[in-house]
Amino acid sequence: MIAQTPHLLQDTLLLSAARLGAKTAVVVEGQAYTYDELRQAARSLAGTLVQHGLQRGDRVAIYMDNTWPCVVSIYATLMAGGVFLVVNPQTKADKLEFVLDDSDARILITDGHLSAVFLPLLPRLNKLSATLCSGKVPESNSIIAFEQALKDSPATAHHRAIPLDLAALIYTSGSTGNPKGVMQTHQSMLFAAGSLTRYLRLSENDRLLCVLPLAFDYGLYQLLMSVALGATLVLERSFTFPAQVFARMEEQNVTVFPGVPTIFAMLLSAHSREPLCFPSVTRVTNTAAALPDDFVARMRPIFPNALIYKMYGLTECKRVSYLEPELVERKPGSVGKAIPGTEIYLLSAEGQPVAPGETGILYVRGPHVMAGYWKRPDLSAHMLKAGQLPGERVLCTQDYFRMDEDGFLYFVGRNDDIIKTRGEKVSPAEVENAMHGIAGISQVAVVGIPDELLGEAIRAYVVLEPNSELTEKRIRAQCLTRLENYMVPEEISICSALPTTATGKVSKRALLEQN
Amino acid sequence: MSIGAKVRSYIQENFLFSEDTGAFADSDSFLEQGIIDSTGVLELVFFVEEQFGIKVADREMIPENFDSVANIARFIQNKQAAQ
Repeated sequence: MIAQTPHLLQDTLLLSAARLGAKTAVVVEGQAYTYDELRQAARSLAGTLVQHGLQRGDRVAIYMDNTWPCVVSIYATLMAGGVFLVVNPQTKADKLEFVLDDSDARILITDGHLSAVFLPLLPRLNKLSATLCSGKVPESNSIIAFEQALKDSPATAHHRAIPLDLAALIYTSGSTGNPKGVMQTHQSMLFAAGSLTRYLRLSENDRLLCVLPLAFDYGLYQLLMSVALGATLVLERSFTFPAQVFARMEEQNVTVFPGVPTIFAMLLSAHSREPLCFPSVTRVTNTAAALPDDFVARMRPIFPNALIYKMYGLTECKRVSYLEPELVERKPGSVGKAIPGTEIYLLSAEGQPVAPGETGILYVRGPHVMAGYWKRPDLSAHMLKAGQLPGERVLCTQDYFRMDEDGFLYFVGRNDDIIKTRGEKVSPAEVENAMHGIAGISQVAVVGIPDELLGEAIRAYVVLEPNSELTEKRIRAQCLTRLENYMVPEEISICSALPTTATGKVSKRALLEQN
Repeated sequence: MSIGAKVRSYIQENFLFSEDTGAFADSDSFLEQGIIDSTGVLELVFFVEEQFGIKVADREMIPENFDSVANIARFIQNKQAAQ
């Protein structure tokens, strides 16, 4: 029986399918799938997952591009009572192994074109009880073909979670180097999807575009919101070929365009070559990094009928704030107010309220706040603080903001050294760790430098071992085998020594001031 | 050097930073192999325009024309033949 109000994330699919079974739920690279097809495929796959040992609360790692099998796997995991984590398909072997191991993933669902990365790891991953693979399945007795997993639909009783159970782990980069899994429950994700839907004024008639990876919560929520509404998601693998995306937007009459500043910069650059105009789009959203002030005005001719939303968020609570689109011109630079059903406030380092206009640390209170970082109580304690109510925990974002007299929020700065490039968070420590593994590198320091297209570009200062024959190019080639493409430094500067502070640490400030 | 070989050497030099010619096949999808991402396609288009004296329209920047060495070589040949 289906509850009329969704209590679990997968209930949204069951409800939409019951109501709108024949409607297109997802268009993946031009191919349409109905709500009935999504429900049926997810049910079958859920049966296979349970058959292969998935218990309630077990993690399923989905290491895939934005594809139909990826969408099915997300809902199948939930239906089977599991917890999904989507891993960016750009992830290289070392990090994939870390994430699979850290999450204690029970099942891996992946795609044949990624086999060069995941196959060598399989013998070592002894917590995995099954690996499923879509596309071209590598020759191996132990790998189950995704298509087969959908066909053999055992009538297994699925495990049923409760709203307080985890629905997803969302891995995010942290200043400590290794990524950490943000724990989100069914109820927190349902709440966040509902809150976003409300202020974005979405309805089941919307057609949402998603060119962002589903491994990124901004991409993932396009799917979650669309399914919950009974709307249609137009899913593209990426924004790599903008012309293909533009053609799809026209063909599919896309109404919602979510992007990050790098995507909007590419859009504006394409527009200057050949004018673009998407009259069907009625909502444009930006988050992940601040949208330069002049972008909104320059984007108007491209999206003549769209409300433009500037937003701010972090994976630890999905989204913090949004600026009402009608106020974009009146409140330049602001990321607005708390999303519906939540509240935000600024405190000084001593925990005292700050006056309007003064800088403080941003705190977030609401049902969307994460349950913590997976197996990292130390890091959780740094971000989750006691709230006013007994036992309550609020999110301390550790980011600096100020608020004007009207309560509108303005970003001031981060208190860590995370680099934001192409809308992705990059931990300098993670890049440095990977580069330290390259034979011939003695010392390395990684910093972010301002860049018009990327927001920030990554620059690495490297000191080589004596007699090393490494060149800038060879270092970048090595980086590509260890890091996601967006984490590979755009610039590598080989130097004889790195400046240090009085305590002997590398001084990144001095490095930045050299230039 | 053939058109394909020139394209391959540009990609190795600028996206993979390597001289290893066996790293990928002419028919391998750049997207699937993670060779090029969104900011890379524009660079590739500029290279093709400059090196082969053709003009690439925005609507031609699609996987059928730019997602593998083989696709790019075919696209360039067709454009040159049409000039």
